[in-house]
Amino acid sequence: MKKLILASMLLAGFGAVAASAGTLDQVKQKGFLACGTNPGLPGFAIPDDKGVWSGLDVDLCRGIAAAIFKDASKVKFIPLTAKDRFTALQSGEIDVLSRNGTWTQSREVELGLLFAGVNYYDGQGFMVRKKLNIASAADLGGASVCVQQGTTTELNLSDYFRSHGGVKYEPVVFATADEAIKAYDSGRCDSFTTDVSQLYGERLKLVNPEEHIVLPDIISKEPLGPAVRQGDDQWYNLVKWTHFAMINAEELGITKANVDQKLTAEQPNIRRLLGVEGDYGKGLGLDKDWAYQAIKAVGNYGEIFERNVGADSRLKIKRGLNNLWSNGGIQYAPPVR
Amino acid sequence: MTDTTTRIAPRVSPWNNPVIRGWIWQFVLLVALLVLTWSAVENAATNMASRGIPTGFDFWNRSAGFDINQTLIPFTNQSTYGQAFWVGLVNTLLVSVIAIVLATIIGFLVGVGRLSKNWIVARLATIYVETLRNIPLLLQLLFWYNAVLKPLPNPRDSLSLFGAIYINNRGLILPEWHWGQGADYVLIALCAGIVAAIVYTLRARRLQAATGQQSPVFFISLGLVVGLPLLVFAVMGAPLSLTVPQLRGFNFVGGIRVLPEFVALLLGLSLYTACFIAEIVRSGIQSVAHGQSEAAHALGVRQSLTLRLIVIPQAMRVIIPPLTNQYLNLIKNSSLAVFVGYPDLVQVFMGTVLNQTGAAVQVIAITMGIYLLISLLTSLGMGIYNQRMTLKER
Amino acid sequence: MTDQSVARSTSYLQTAPTPAAPPPISSRGAWGWARANLFATIPSATMTILFVLLLVWAVPDLFRWAFVDAIWSAPDGAVCRVQNTGACWAFIAPKFDFFMYGTYPREALWRVDVTLAAGAVLIAWLLWPDSPRKVIGAFLFFIVYPVVAYFLLHGSPLVGLSVIDTARWGGVLVSLLVSAVGIVVSLPLGVALALGRRSKLPFIKLACTVFIEFVRGVPLITVLFMANTMLPLFVPENWSPDRLLRPLIGVSLFAAAYMAEVVRGGLQAMPKGQEEGAMALGLTYWQRMNLIVLPQALTIVIPGIVSTFIGLFKDTTLVAIVGIFDFLRTVETARLDPAWAGPSISTTGYVFAALFYFVFCFGMSRYSLYMERRLAVGRKH
Repeated sequence: MKKLILASMLLAGFGAVAASAGTLDQVKQKGFLACGTNPGLPGFAIPDDKGVWSGLDVDLCRGIAAAIFKDASKVKFIPLTAKDRFTALQSGEIDVLSRNGTWTQSREVELGLLFAGVNYYDGQGFMVRKKLNIASAADLGGASVCVQQGTTTELNLSDYFRSHGGVKYEPVVFATADEAIKAYDSGRCDSFTTDVSQLYGERLKLVNPEEHIVLPDIISKEPLGPAVRQGDDQWYNLVKWTHFAMINAEELGITKANVDQKLTAEQPNIRRLLGVEGDYGKGLGLDKDWAYQAIKAVGNYGEIFERNVGADSRLKIKRGLNNLWSNGGIQYAPPVR
Repeated sequence: MTDTTTRIAPRVSPWNNPVIRGWIWQFVLLVALLVLTWSAVENAATNMASRGIPTGFDFWNRSAGFDINQTLIPFTNQSTYGQAFWVGLVNTLLVSVIAIVLATIIGFLVGVGRLSKNWIVARLATIYVETLRNIPLLLQLLFWYNAVLKPLPNPRDSLSLFGAIYINNRGLILPEWHWGQGADYVLIALCAGIVAAIVYTLRARRLQAATGQQSPVFFISLGLVVGLPLLVFAVMGAPLSLTVPQLRGFNFVGGIRVLPEFVALLLGLSLYTACFIAEIVRSGIQSVAHGQSEAAHALGVRQSLTLRLIVIPQAMRVIIPPLTNQYLNLIKNSSLAVFVGYPDLVQVFMGTVLNQTGAAVQVIAITMGIYLLISLLTSLGMGIYNQRMTLKER
Repeated sequence: MTDQSVARSTSYLQTAPTPAAPPPISSRGAWGWARANLFATIPSATMTILFVLLLVWAVPDLFRWAFVDAIWSAPDGAVCRVQNTGACWAFIAPKFDFFMYGTYPREALWRVDVTLAAGAVLIAWLLWPDSPRKVIGAFLFFIVYPVVAYFLLHGSPLVGLSVIDTARWGGVLVSLLVSAVGIVVSLPLGVALALGRRSKLPFIKLACTVFIEFVRGVPLITVLFMANTMLPLFVPENWSPDRLLRPLIGVSLFAAAYMAEVVRGGLQAMPKGQEEGAMALGLTYWQRMNLIVLPQALTIVIPGIVSTFIGLFKDTTLVAIVGIFDFLRTVETARLDPAWAGPSISTTGYVFAALFYFVFCFGMSRYSLYMERRLAVGRKH
């Protein structure tokens, strides 16, 4: 009994007790968006010394917060390990999981999640030391491979070697990406494997990043995107369309800098997106300038990409698949109308 | 009449009757526990249903799809989650058993060392105990793994012993032995030697009891257990071949590889537990009355024999119960494997399997159940042993 | 006959005793000491020589590593990388705030400092054997302090302090917090469990025994996992216990089970006459426990309580498994910082962490020894 009272006292003290309304209402009531992120992945989500977050996944959450509150700072980032990211979403601790998570069937069907889009088309690759002179992942027979536990990476790795004639290898499994990359750096493993984007990010954590290369082989499809709980279509739409709005903005040439001038533009597409014409925010439970707010706060998809992982960042990842469909990539957003 | 009795023992209201009050208290606790359990189960059921968390155990027979780097029982990525569980459990038991043996040996040496008359030995033993037991085990594990084992040279620059044993940052690589034809006879000779040694020892003991005559038990037993198989081994033309590990590609091929993760865990667990065992041994020895060893000395028994024949057997009675606790602690502490990436039960089952299946409740319940079972079995076994010790001492 | 005349007549007798001859040179001074303590027997002498050789081999290298070749200050890791020989103590200073507070907002650090200082004063009050009015101290520490500390650390609009999310707490702050919560919760809970286990009421006894034995039979890691993943399942759907609260609950329950066994040892050591005497005076169960049994039983087991607390303090390092940034985890993270990466960084970090834990644990164990001696003196009357 004592325990129960104690537990409930503590729970009441610390716990975030949310009302059982829709997610959007809860978020508005709380006054902030709870966004689950990676605890530290350069380019996607990483806090600096002062606790200010930056990254592709982080900016998506900021965009959503801006669309809801007209204030991109009304978001709380909750760093989650690969292990408990889905339970955190399921339990309602976070409203959206923007944590470089791969969209898979089982995650939607069995875990009851919905992926609202793909903000980064990725694939799993390998990093090795330059001096090993390896050209392809097929030469990794007999190698030790460091890998993070509890990810699709671990399974893809196993599948890859199995489908390549059962080549022998040694998986060395760690609970966190940090431990895995450090073990690779210290020479415990010949190779480190994870999604390619993450390889570039993790490479920055190595003592001598230029001594390591990412092999060209991509052994899996990893569409990364934000996920929400099933059963709240309005919230799902809100996340999905905030993401689409940013892609559409890039396609329409709307940037963070020129968004105010574009308010007076003539093109109907632009006018609809920025809420000058029609009210497309209403169905999402937002004001009609929702997309304007999001773009104003974080910019269009291209800007976000270049700033965090692309040419303007330390990662220098090429757009590749993540270019707009009109530029040879596969980022394609349905129109706002 | 009735009036007087009531006056002598005034009627107590049921509320003040201790027996009834006791039952009320128990009833309240029972109801509270039931409500707590019921609401927890109810909540868990709703939560798990709404979050799509699997509730059954059908994951057990599903194919796992991942690999493990140390498997004492066959395991491939087509094996089931259930088999992964057994792999993890065997790995836990392996490291625990070896660490228990090591910790016991080191602990006894250090414990005796602390009481040594040799000043430097006693001081060093004290420093050892005081340092290691005041530093968290996790820190020690990380130190062994990250600061000692990982900076070892890479396979190409391995440290080599006799050109057959290699040490590098991928572990300790030992030559593997294969028995050839006639190896069965060596095994038979070994068994025969052990049996003969036991028979001889028993006879020698009887002889000593009857006549007081001592026999060279140690040397004859050694000859029987080691010499006899060696002789047969030589006669059969040394039917043993070694596969010496060779550097090919990334790493050594052939031979037995002991993972650095395993070594780090083993070192950490045994050195840490040893200092607690040392303290137990010390207090056990100190609990034996001084007169015992003085009497032995008066009879002219040597110091080492006094310790072995007089003091330690009596100290064992005091030592064994806390020693059991330390063994259990060691087994439970082996779960820290997850911090150095050794594939023990917690790392494989509560780590990978839990993540891939999402069956959190079942996996955690099974893991806890296994540790509980190991704990209960160990204390049971030690209890029986303890009982025997006590009986003999009567 | 006077004494003088006796002396004269027996002048061959010595009037004063002969001064004792000095002990033989072989058992005197440094040489004698060495003979007795270092070279008493051949095995002993062999061991002495072996260990001295070991020390001669190891100590100068260690000394050089820790002091002579160590780098005491540097702007970044480059110096440590180049020199590649000794400890890189320079790495501690720039990371010190991170080690102490994690990513707690730098402008609000005074809140942590005040909380820790207040805690230190209260603990000193409680532990100092001669300090006055311990009841007030205990009341402040166990009841008032947790509330004040919560408002100071976490903040609340009620008191005008900005809310600082627990995700940003870290370092020594979290290590001390986890152990402090552990001790504050586990002591009363442990006493309750111990009394329950000794109760004559079968169901209460059963419930307490099962709880204690269950918790003591499983590793702390599994308890932490359970608290982290299963606790949110056991509470209503829209409650979500704070991520730091979960391991706190796990650690507290875990420590309570161990504390219960320590307290039970004290209860068993109490002479039966004490409780029977109290019964004869007509005291109720709670009066007997509060006034007679517990004060004596708890005093007996102070060393046991302290050693449980040492264990708890060391075990706080395990909360890293559920993603909490305790002190050791901050050291681990800092060690991985590429700006400081170097061959001796890991060892430096671990040695620093080891010193921290050693000072705390060794201090506590000395205190426990001191109390033990003091109590032993008290009981000899």
